[in-house]
Amino acid sequence: MKKFFKGLKGSYLALILLFLYSPIAIMIAFSFNAGKSRSKWEGFSFKWYQELFKNEAIMEALRVTLTVAVIATVVSVILGTLGAIGIHACKKGWATTLLNLSYLPMTMPDIVTGISLMMMFVFIKLDRGMFTMILAHITFDTPYVLFSVLPKLKQMDPNTYEAALDLGCKPMKAITKVIIPEISPGIITGGLLALTMSLDDFVISYFTTDKAQNLSTLIYSAAKRGVKPDMYALSTIMFITVLALLIVINKRTTLENIG
Amino acid sequence: MKRSFFSGPYALWMIMFTIFPIVFVALYAFQDNTGAFTIDNITRCFEGTYMKVLWRSVKLALECTVLCVLLGYPCAYFLASKDFSKYKTLFVLILLPMWMNFLLRTYASMSLLERNGIINAIVTALGFDRWNMIGTEGAVLYGMVYNYLPFMVLPIHTSLKKMDQRVIEAAQDLGANPARVFLKVTLPLSMSGVISGITMVFMPSVTTFAISKLLGSGNFMLMGDVIENQYMVANDWSFGSSLSLFMTVLILISIGLLNRLDTNKSERSDNW
Repeated sequence: MKKFFKGLKGSYLALILLFLYSPIAIMIAFSFNAGKSRSKWEGFSFKWYQELFKNEAIMEALRVTLTVAVIATVVSVILGTLGAIGIHACKKGWATTLLNLSYLPMTMPDIVTGISLMMMFVFIKLDRGMFTMILAHITFDTPYVLFSVLPKLKQMDPNTYEAALDLGCKPMKAITKVIIPEISPGIITGGLLALTMSLDDFVISYFTTDKAQNLSTLIYSAAKRGVKPDMYALSTIMFITVLALLIVINKRTTLENIG
Repeated sequence: MKRSFFSGPYALWMIMFTIFPIVFVALYAFQDNTGAFTIDNITRCFEGTYMKVLWRSVKLALECTVLCVLLGYPCAYFLASKDFSKYKTLFVLILLPMWMNFLLRTYASMSLLERNGIINAIVTALGFDRWNMIGTEGAVLYGMVYNYLPFMVLPIHTSLKKMDQRVIEAAQDLGANPARVFLKVTLPLSMSGVISGITMVFMPSVTTFAISKLLGSGNFMLMGDVIENQYMVANDWSFGSSLSLFMTVLILISIGLLNRLDTNKSERSDNW
């Protein structure tokens, strides 16, 4: 009887996995199809991958995506880590205000964040392109870094920092030599989180850029014209990249703690 | 130099890129084209056409949320149960789509349903007529559930995992049958996870525009589409801002109401 129930549970989970992965599996399979068909197998080939790498627009979008993600991650890691150290040392009232402020971009609908930033960029006459996209990505990435670093600071023994000061360490040096090494797991998790968030984003990018396209906005404009297999090849590569990133993150921490 | 000063750059950034933009939305919402104060744009939100769109968005988002709870709760429950909690990869696999590019997920569901897609290939092979799924309300709903299901599973799973197993054992020892244990102990204790999940699913689905554009091929204008239209097509920023403000207030109210339902609020924030 017990085995029977376990089997039942297992089949349910298998069905959910099927639901989640069949579209992806089909995309991956047909990205290797020799023909244009998205339902009939016409032989194995790397044709769509070759076309993908020859497509200037896609390559440019890939460059934009990676540049934005890397710069936004680096800046948000610095801003978020400093912010967390600062907030941790702040008086209660100011800290609560800042924390509530940090929840704001996390709870606001993406579309509202996107249009509000777009309106501001247009108002201050900043050309919407890669630069504004980076600013927007830093904005939604930083709170995630902050909330990954804060728990590590709370776990820290406050006496170690005091001890460093007592032993004649300058505050700046105490931070780089004592605090940063102690909270580095949180910083790295926050950075990886920021990176995936940035690679994942569509809505906010869509509103904050006009000229430069990233992969999300490119797929969106391509999808409006219908499904094409060269996008399958791109999707497969992106899927494999996220999978690899996640395996790395998961090795470091359980997924539960970073969501 | 005091350590609290380190929060300076962060605070400055948040003011510049979070507070200022919101102020812009609020200002534009109460302006007409010439920049004079007006509440016309706000009252326009309540016109019949937009109320209809709002109703459709809320209805679809609610359907999506209910489906996600119904599909996701058992999923999280089984994953957290003794039988499967040791299979960590299984857990990661179910959450993985959450971290995939949102548009990629939508594109994947689109390719499954499209006219020349694999489902239609099977349908025609079985001798039936082609089934035009793209452009129907069902397709939009499917796309939403497909996109947001993992966001429901994660918080429920977390709350189930954090539950004190001894409470359940106590209920069993006191003679409650499994159904009663579930209804009276497990379910109430995991409500905080369900509520986080509802927030995580309802909020993005009620404001989506890409899913309805791609899977509904524009047949189903949702609130997100109307807002996007004001900025990208109609160029009516004032009305777009009013709608955004309206949606934000609506969402904040529903989050507030949901939080009041939640008795262990302190635990809720830990689920995410």
